[in-house]
Amino acid sequence: MANAELHADLRTAVRELCARFPDTYWRELDAGEAYPEEFVRTLTEAGYLAALIPEELGGSGLGIAEASIILEEVNRSGGNSAACHAQMYIMGTLLRHGSEAQRRHYLPKIAGGELRLQAFGVTEPTTGTDTTQMKTMAVRRGDRYVVNGQKVWISRVDYSDLMLLVARTTPLEDVKKRTDGLSVLLVDLKKAVGHGMTVRPIRAMINHATTEVFFDNLEVPVENRVGEEGQGFRYLLDGLNAERILIAAECVGDGRWFVDRACRYARDRVVFGRPIGQNQGIQFPIARAHVNVEAADLMRVRAAELFDAGRPCGAEANMAKLLAADASWEAANVTMQTYGGFGFAEEYDVERKFRETRLYQTAPISTNLILSYIGQHVLDLPRSF
Amino acid sequence: MKIAVCVKQVVTREWPLRVDEARTWVEDRDASFEMNEPDAYALEEALRLREQHGGEVVVCSAGPARAAQVVREALARGADRAIRVEGGGLAAADAAMVAEALAAAMRDEQFELVLTGLQSDDQGFAQTGVVLAELLGIPHATIIMEVQVADGRLRVKRELEGGWFQWVSMPTPALLTIQSGINQLRYATLKGIMAAKRKEVRVVEAAADLVPRQEILEIRVPEKTKQTHMIAGSPSEAAAELVKVLREEARVI
Repeated sequence: MANAELHADLRTAVRELCARFPDTYWRELDAGEAYPEEFVRTLTEAGYLAALIPEELGGSGLGIAEASIILEEVNRSGGNSAACHAQMYIMGTLLRHGSEAQRRHYLPKIAGGELRLQAFGVTEPTTGTDTTQMKTMAVRRGDRYVVNGQKVWISRVDYSDLMLLVARTTPLEDVKKRTDGLSVLLVDLKKAVGHGMTVRPIRAMINHATTEVFFDNLEVPVENRVGEEGQGFRYLLDGLNAERILIAAECVGDGRWFVDRACRYARDRVVFGRPIGQNQGIQFPIARAHVNVEAADLMRVRAAELFDAGRPCGAEANMAKLLAADASWEAANVTMQTYGGFGFAEEYDVERKFRETRLYQTAPISTNLILSYIGQHVLDLPRSF
Repeated sequence: MKIAVCVKQVVTREWPLRVDEARTWVEDRDASFEMNEPDAYALEEALRLREQHGGEVVVCSAGPARAAQVVREALARGADRAIRVEGGGLAAADAAMVAEALAAAMRDEQFELVLTGLQSDDQGFAQTGVVLAELLGIPHATIIMEVQVADGRLRVKRELEGGWFQWVSMPTPALLTIQSGINQLRYATLKGIMAAKRKEVRVVEAAADLVPRQEILEIRVPEKTKQTHMIAGSPSEAAAELVKVLREEARVI
């Protein structure tokens, strides 16, 4: 089957599934700061979150192009992939760097949804993108690590069974390179919470189930370490391109949702005896937003092609994320302006999606850091930090 | 039980409809398409019957090449194999022509049960299933709400007017036209989409001598009009007249 056919079939199927979760579903969750459990369960049971897991481990063995289409369609339907996208890609670290025993034990259960691995503990209150400076320490004591420290903006911990945790296993002053000495641990949340690990929700601008997490002598068995000790930073970087491309696709989905809604409103809303979309002051910004969303989509498609062909795609993945996040944010603003005062009313869903898509200017990486990556690594300009 | 389900590809409901230049069909060159809604319920019913009684579900479709999309969708939802009759002239064909194209490809299969949607979302003649049953030489029942199979016979519930239903017993093989909304449609799973790639699709060229029996002369979009009917007379006379108009002309009370 040609890829184009598979992609069309995926879009149709995900759209049909999402159609059962209308605007009101997401609106009510947002109002109550509730997690979309039914939606995530449905998407999981239908196998979509296991797209990237190899077939022999219970998934569908598809590429990032297909995975990104699934998340794009969720956002395009008015929903929010952020509730569950991590179940799709955090397992990549386990898949690429876990032992054969870990892969066989965990991945089929993750594919089936029996185990939810959708929390990744990296960011700390004092060290955001400056990851190598992290303070959380995991000290080896016999057959376990004892973890102490703190993480922040760790999303979906309350809706996960497992969390990947990055911690220092060798103090910064004892390593040759600052990127050495970090390790990845798989934390069994059922055992950890209340026994050395405390989770505290953070109320935020969007409904994102995000938390801060504290470790006070949390014990993690050594067998739960993923890959080699001290190599965690490398493993972390390994997964970033996939994440960038998937987030870019979500932004494209948001952008298309905004353009659709803006067009619909601009056609239907009549002021001074004509639809407001007839006014070029309304029409042109929507048209420009559409152009930018579609252009960003091309970079996302390009990045996905390179990724799936196993070729370097750091530049393209980062550019796709930046372009798509900017395009969805522009489309969000244009849609708010098109709706006028009604854009602020919850019942039109524009303000909710506006808040949600704003996240991607900041997370999972801020736009400035992408620019600095492009400046230093693509254009070979002097390092700024 | 060997079950056939006939599905049609139609323009999605979200597509902004425009009449084409010849004014005989809609402009659908860039349209997005989907499975005709009642056909999706027929497919679901077939899959449920297979789960209860075993057998196989064969999806059948007659249309232009693009109809392959809805065939793949039916396979992804769980149909076992497909027969696809391809012909450019089938895109806007009348019910008789579609039924003839389907009957020619389906006849040798000796299906025990053939399900179709009650009607298509585009032309809505509700005739394809009925004509197909005649061409296959099997009995049919229309507007089916429920299907039971026992001892080689069917017991089916038909929807009548005014909230009435009718239970009908009939032999197999037979053809049923299925009403929308009678069951809960299943989703295509990702594994289903991947498995569909490996399922058999028999592609049959439509016979060259198929000709339509009907000709579409013109398609028109209803014009929005507003009419205000002032009722004169004393309040009691006007009220009586209003009730009469609402009852006999508007038929809303």
